[in-house]
Amino acid sequence: MSIVWIKNGRVIDPANKRDAVGDVYAIDGKLVDSLSAEQKKQADVFDADGLVVCPGFVDLHCHLREPGDRHKETIASGSRAAAKGGFTTVVAMSNTKPPADNVGAIRQIVDLIHRDSVINVLPTGCLTKDREGQMLAPIGSLKNAGAVAISDGGHCVQNNEIMRRGVEYAAMFGLVVLDHCEDAAQTDGCVMNEGVWSLRLGLRGMPRAAEDIMVSRNVILSAHYGAHIHLQHISSAYSVDIIRRAKDRDVKVTAEATPHHISLTEAALRDYNTNFKVVPPLRTEEDRQAIIEGLLDGTIDCIATAHAPHTEIEKDKEFDYAPFGMNGLETALSVCLDTLVRSKLMDLSSLIELLTVKPANVLSLDRGTLNPGAPADITIFDPEESWRVSEKSLISLSHNSPWLGLTLRGCVRATYHAGQRVYDSADQ
Amino acid sequence: MNAEAQWNRKDLVGIEDLSREELEAIYTKAEEFKATLHRKQKKLPSLRGYTVINLFMEPSTRTKLAFEVAATRLSADAITISGDASSLVKGESLRDTALNIQALNADIIIMRHSAAGSARYLSRFIDIPVINAGDGAHEHPTQALLDTFTLREKLGKDLTGKKITILGDILFSRVARSNIWALRKLGAEVTLAGPRTLVPDTFEHFGVKVIHDLQKAVTDADAVMLLRIQHERQSSTHFPSLGEYTSMFGLHEKNAHWLKPEALIMHPGPINRGVELDSVLADSKRSVILEQVTNGIAVRMAVLYLCAHYVANHRPA
Repeated sequence: MSIVWIKNGRVIDPANKRDAVGDVYAIDGKLVDSLSAEQKKQADVFDADGLVVCPGFVDLHCHLREPGDRHKETIASGSRAAAKGGFTTVVAMSNTKPPADNVGAIRQIVDLIHRDSVINVLPTGCLTKDREGQMLAPIGSLKNAGAVAISDGGHCVQNNEIMRRGVEYAAMFGLVVLDHCEDAAQTDGCVMNEGVWSLRLGLRGMPRAAEDIMVSRNVILSAHYGAHIHLQHISSAYSVDIIRRAKDRDVKVTAEATPHHISLTEAALRDYNTNFKVVPPLRTEEDRQAIIEGLLDGTIDCIATAHAPHTEIEKDKEFDYAPFGMNGLETALSVCLDTLVRSKLMDLSSLIELLTVKPANVLSLDRGTLNPGAPADITIFDPEESWRVSEKSLISLSHNSPWLGLTLRGCVRATYHAGQRVYDSADQ
Repeated sequence: MNAEAQWNRKDLVGIEDLSREELEAIYTKAEEFKATLHRKQKKLPSLRGYTVINLFMEPSTRTKLAFEVAATRLSADAITISGDASSLVKGESLRDTALNIQALNADIIIMRHSAAGSARYLSRFIDIPVINAGDGAHEHPTQALLDTFTLREKLGKDLTGKKITILGDILFSRVARSNIWALRKLGAEVTLAGPRTLVPDTFEHFGVKVIHDLQKAVTDADAVMLLRIQHERQSSTHFPSLGEYTSMFGLHEKNAHWLKPEALIMHPGPINRGVELDSVLADSKRSVILEQVTNGIAVRMAVLYLCAHYVANHRPA
């Protein structure tokens, strides 16, 4: 019998409206209400005095790169980076090589997860074959093989007839479609947000309309066909408004926002630093504020990292040629604490809710809470401790973080998955 | 002014970061060098023994030749490599290409590249001067320097309040951007003109006017700078055809009367005769197009000289 006793932490469990100093207990990988005196004697004790104890974070959007691009990240390294970031459940995107558009690929990913992952990694299956947006992938079979949601991961189906049939079909299996909302014709060859900075830097810019149009497309399809579509990494103020109005009409859409979109703007690209090259791009201050507003009023359901590792060799190029994507699992907590809590926009419990039970609810996962009987996925962190983001401190195989070289505040001390301590800062 | 004292940079990456004093330093030196262009003995010893490499990833007539002439007039040895002839087509990175050129004992690199930001990128890890001969749609600093040098010759050294109209495809133009920065620093009033899809109003953030009507744009102008218009991949969705462009925004004998009689006509070249500018105007007395080209030699001599001088005086022997 394995017994865990986390003592004296500030326990924040938004799902149960708990925010008080206390203890958290687990037996054989599941949370329990209490321990007997005998059990307490046998327990593996963690002293959480001065620390926050909360449910393990849930990330709905993560590129783990395996199979296919193991130099950037593997399920092993990505899961360890996730644990360091306080994430105990991550949803892996389907743009692997080969893509997760067939049962064999899903089975391989599930096997790799069992063998190598230290946390709960949930695979997604593609919506269309080869993610090309032309023919539906065998969605039902992908679900049976282990896919928990459907997404073309980084690609957006451009043909609305195909998207309609795909979301209807996925809905039949109770699967949510996660969409990267982008009108490809408007963003062809573009590398940043279209605006003052793209004019200044001489780079082609992606207009907000490219996202807004696909967000609208998805809202309309969801409204007409009753399919749940989850809108990934919202970056445009206008899109936040579209989603708000859709939710007012009870349309079944949900949305996520990333730590980088709520903390950075296009001005960060002034030096052509490719660590800021991402899609959807960093936009204006107005967009950034609108996304935060969306998180505050519930229009945007949760935070997701969109963790997209790339090696230094790949990013060390002329801006036009570098790949898109930011490393985000290990910095998410610190950045969100700064942007949302230290700025006094929301309290700590609300932030934890955005990282735990709210993302879990999008996919109806039994995660993100400290309910007795739930898996013992627990994150323990110090909201004030500083750490320097560097090649040495990052566990991810890649270091393409926009915060590279900077010191951030807020640091995970330990992470438990199914009652096992899978990350301990004392070991670093 | 003591031009050398004003110039404290190893590289010339763009106009946006230059101060007014730095611009004046270049003009001062360029005037001196211009005086040598008509002498019998045109060579100066300033860069004797230097190896200057022209790395041109995009086609060029004027800029490439002008830099070669400028370098050789200063007694440097100029060598040119074109993109498709270099190992860049074999997948060698720009970083490695530049480090190799430096290892081959080059003293100055002049680079034209299709990616915006590439000159700045290079200047960060190369010890020798990097002169930007055009980086994507970002900047073409020596073009703006020779354009403003020409304007100063013709309109007087103080360009404050002078009305300059830049006409054409501004969105994709590095010449336009560099000229916007230079002209604003010199106090000129800049108007950008062309179709809305090629001249977005957002440019007004940089302190310029944006007009989509040709007549209004050229009526009070002291000089009109024309840009080459192309209906190619990058702009093919931005306007219907060259014919439509020519009839709405082309400068021709028929609408030349909209210009003030003494207004200058400028163009960085190459000209699409009959499209943005017709032959009558291109070859008329108002056109200073060929003078721009000659001034380009003097200006580039000044830039090479100042950057080399800075390095020579700030490096251990």
